[in-house]
Amino acid sequence: MVEILNTLFSEILVHRPHEPEWNDRDVFILSKGHAVLGYFAVLHRQGYFSAEKLATFQTNGSDLIAHPVKKEVLGIESSNGSLGQGLAYGMGMALGMRKRGQDRRVYVMLGDGECNEGSVWESAATAAELGLGNLTAIIDENGFRNDGPNTTYAGRVVLANVWRAFGWNVIEIDGHDHQVILNAFQNARHTTDTPTAIVARTVKGRGVDFMENNNDWHHNRITANVFERCLKVLDGCDLPKLDASGEPSV
Amino acid sequence: MARLGPRATYGQTLTTLAGADRNIIAISADLGRSSGLDRFSRELPDQFVNVGIAEQTMVGCAAGLARMGFDVFASTFAPFASMRASEQVRMNMGYMREPVKLVALGSGLSMAYLGNSHFGLEDVAVMRTVPGLTIISPADCVEIQKTLYACVGYGQPVYMRLTGASSTPIIYTSDYVFEIGRAVWLTPVRKIMLISSGTTVAHCLRATETLAQMDIEAGVLNMHTIKPLDENALEKIAQETDAIFVIEEHKVAGGLGSAILEYYNAASISCPPIILHGIADRFVETGDYAFMLKQNRLDAEGIAGFVRERLGAVVSADER
Repeated sequence: MVEILNTLFSEILVHRPHEPEWNDRDVFILSKGHAVLGYFAVLHRQGYFSAEKLATFQTNGSDLIAHPVKKEVLGIESSNGSLGQGLAYGMGMALGMRKRGQDRRVYVMLGDGECNEGSVWESAATAAELGLGNLTAIIDENGFRNDGPNTTYAGRVVLANVWRAFGWNVIEIDGHDHQVILNAFQNARHTTDTPTAIVARTVKGRGVDFMENNNDWHHNRITANVFERCLKVLDGCDLPKLDASGEPSV
Repeated sequence: MARLGPRATYGQTLTTLAGADRNIIAISADLGRSSGLDRFSRELPDQFVNVGIAEQTMVGCAAGLARMGFDVFASTFAPFASMRASEQVRMNMGYMREPVKLVALGSGLSMAYLGNSHFGLEDVAVMRTVPGLTIISPADCVEIQKTLYACVGYGQPVYMRLTGASSTPIIYTSDYVFEIGRAVWLTPVRKIMLISSGTTVAHCLRATETLAQMDIEAGVLNMHTIKPLDENALEKIAQETDAIFVIEEHKVAGGLGSAILEYYNAASISCPPIILHGIADRFVETGDYAFMLKQNRLDAEGIAGFVRERLGAVVSADER
């Protein structure tokens, strides 16, 4: 997921991190709100807020909690956490932009598990009917949901085909390949009369061998010990330090 | 206008408003015709959105449009607006404070033979728990108009509850000042006060005529805004009355009566007995609107009878 967000925020999204309420910006909505940590990291790297602010994550009274809470000055455009709601809200914004004659786009990221929610398909059908070419859904298809594999879309029901059946412009990609992701977003941008669904096949925990496709890490705590192991696997990056309890040291 | 009925009044007023203000959008979950929005959709197609039979999407999409600065009026039947989409209301209109005007059509018992699936008898209870949501239930068609005018440009999310059938009685024969959050004294304050909202207010007024014939002097307060309550009016009533009746076309659980009890409790105001009258905890027997009002003692005669009986009980308790 983080490769997709990084590509989107670095090379596609029209935005000004130092002027977050700029009127002509594109909008990103993390409908799979529980994936908030990757999102916050990207917002931080883009310059929306400092490392100190990021380090307040899940501390008492912080703006940065386990699901996005709308706060435009931090680049957070929508409150999410209850799955299946981001697409309708994003659709309303995309429709409003079109009614205002604005050349702006809305990107909504959903999970394949989230696609179990019926409200997703209500909105998918309506967005196609309205022909909202300025709306792009990115489906992070990692094959897992909270309790294990997402068996709904593992057999007869093929997720990309469902989006196709709902009348969307569907692009299937490897969600970890930067160039492929970039091409998909450019394709979406040039599709003007149909919403685009980028169905991105991803590997949960990609890059950290003991986390890859291991659903124990759907929701888990990275202690200092685990953090060290991650760093070793990832070959050492310039990241905030954690103290022994696993809390970030400010 | 009384003959138009609440839904047609809604549709016609909104069409007039939107014709003069391009920033107004009506959004419907395939009940445009039932919302009296037929003419709106024909005359102002760019300002009309039908998302199909999809109330959750309607509320979410309405919130996105409101975020873009439009004055958005979203309408569907009361249970679908308040319960099927309740979590969307909570997230979009509550948590994100998007100022959508959600209009619940045919609330209370007014859907008659369509049955309990279509009644709005729990909507106030559900909507009251959403922080920051204004809840308004206009008493007649004039008040529906005034509410709509007040909602244009009103920067808060609103749940507007329309009750009553097409022959909704007229309450206001002359102009009056309507203000969100400010109850209307339809009589001066009296020793017995009936507090109500929606079209039940008219039945309360007629009930006071019956009560007067029994030498019971009762007054009526139209608490059209259920949230936030008019606290000044409630304080005055607590000080100057002997008994307060809250009458509503809604389940007793969680409705206007509950809201008033909660207010007095939280404000630590000592007050006379407060007696709640509404729909009991059951699905009601179905028939035409008049039949159901009668069955549930919410027509004028039923209200008067209820008040008289309960007053008797209050008096004898006092005498003991």
